[in-house]
Amino acid sequence: MSSLIPQFVVDLWDAIPMLFQHLIIITAQILGVTIVVILTVAFTTYFERKVIGYMQGRLGPNRVGPLGLGQPFADVIKLVIKEVVIPQRSNRFLFLIAPMLSLIPALAAWAVIPLSGSFVIADINAGLLYVLALTSVGVYGVILGGWATNSKYAFLGAMRSGAQIVAYEIAMGFALVGVLMAGGSLNLGVIMQAQAGGFSSWFIIPLLPLFFVYFISGVAETNRAPFDVTEGESEIVAGFHVEYSGVAFALFFLAEYANMILVSALTAIFFLGGVASPMEGWTFLGDGSFLREPNFFWLAAKISFFLFVFFWLRATFPRFRYDQIMRLGWKIFIPVTIVWIAVEAVMAWMKVGPWSV
Amino acid sequence: MLANYLPILIFLGVGTAIAMVLLGLGLLIGTGSKDDEKLSPYECGFEPFEDTRVKFDVRYYLVAILFIIFDLEIAFLFPWAVSLDVVGGFGLIAMGIFLAILVVGFIYEWKKGALEWD
Repeated sequence: MSSLIPQFVVDLWDAIPMLFQHLIIITAQILGVTIVVILTVAFTTYFERKVIGYMQGRLGPNRVGPLGLGQPFADVIKLVIKEVVIPQRSNRFLFLIAPMLSLIPALAAWAVIPLSGSFVIADINAGLLYVLALTSVGVYGVILGGWATNSKYAFLGAMRSGAQIVAYEIAMGFALVGVLMAGGSLNLGVIMQAQAGGFSSWFIIPLLPLFFVYFISGVAETNRAPFDVTEGESEIVAGFHVEYSGVAFALFFLAEYANMILVSALTAIFFLGGVASPMEGWTFLGDGSFLREPNFFWLAAKISFFLFVFFWLRATFPRFRYDQIMRLGWKIFIPVTIVWIAVEAVMAWMKVGPWSV
Repeated sequence: MLANYLPILIFLGVGTAIAMVLLGLGLLIGTGSKDDEKLSPYECGFEPFEDTRVKFDVRYYLVAILFIIFDLEIAFLFPWAVSLDVVGGFGLIAMGIFLAILVVGFIYEWKKGALEWD
């Protein structure tokens, strides 16, 4: 392996001080993960259009490249060469900062996601808290964007979105308390290891109600259908990003899809064992069987499944009315999670069931 | 320990750089003509009726206040949930009382109609 690298590169590398070597490795890892996330976003849009196309008896994109696979790149090029219109009455600085504020946390949250059994960019103890904090920052982008535009549709969209996101964040937080009690750590890697041992030890079984609450809250947090009153086309045109065009719009778009993938990844990690194989406990497969090993591809498969569910929901359900959204968040999800936390606490204390630590 | 957080700082920097580069690229490449009609706020083809900074529904404000209460509660529950096996029965009862008080408040809000959105 080392003979493949020319000698002068090795010498050059050794000449770099230790500290900078460390920094370069970290930056390379971060760039790698970011590029993979952005490419995943690109193909997620293709995936979405194909899935919804077939569900509606259409073909979806099929003109650019083989099977239409070039479509995401065509879209990117189109968005980059489009003009970024900055409305006259808007607050220019906030108008341009808002899409950045949505994209940065959507990307940076990937720092703590364990992508394989051992690889994670930042192995921190407060991983879950960090993820929760960054996903909360995302709402600033939406609210600032809607406010700075100084257009009524954008303003209404931003208000709706802000109230909806904070309402569902509570349900999400409560569901995570249940996961914490079962996992016993804020570190995402440890939460994943606590689910080792195959499908039967995944948290989805003891925490089934919290799983549904978490995933549906995730759909609401990302403002996806059927919770997309924020941008409901038939009511307020496009909501908070009605005046955004070109790349400024693309940043919001990128952030929304990166958040969807993030919610899918987190659901997989919290409830489906993350990179763990569902067949881990199947001893008859033999000791060395790769099917039983934790692997990045298991995580990818789980993420893809949840993304499919996102699109499935979008193609199936009509948009919720705003009062129904609020009722679901406050009056159904919060009581369900509080009850489940109480049940879980008592059972963990009495050492019954899967929570006996 | 603190060194574990260094990649996060770098990641935030890389994220900011990517967002700025993309936006800068768009502002540089995507040029077009600008005129007053194009730059006016969109309102279905009409002249903007009045300023956007108008009064809005107080219920959004109410939701924000309720959010703060419950979010603090969650922040309080997190360390308890992580150290569940350490705090034992005493911690369980203490948290039970805390949650019970909050549930009473929650029921009060519910009955008062603070959670209604009609």
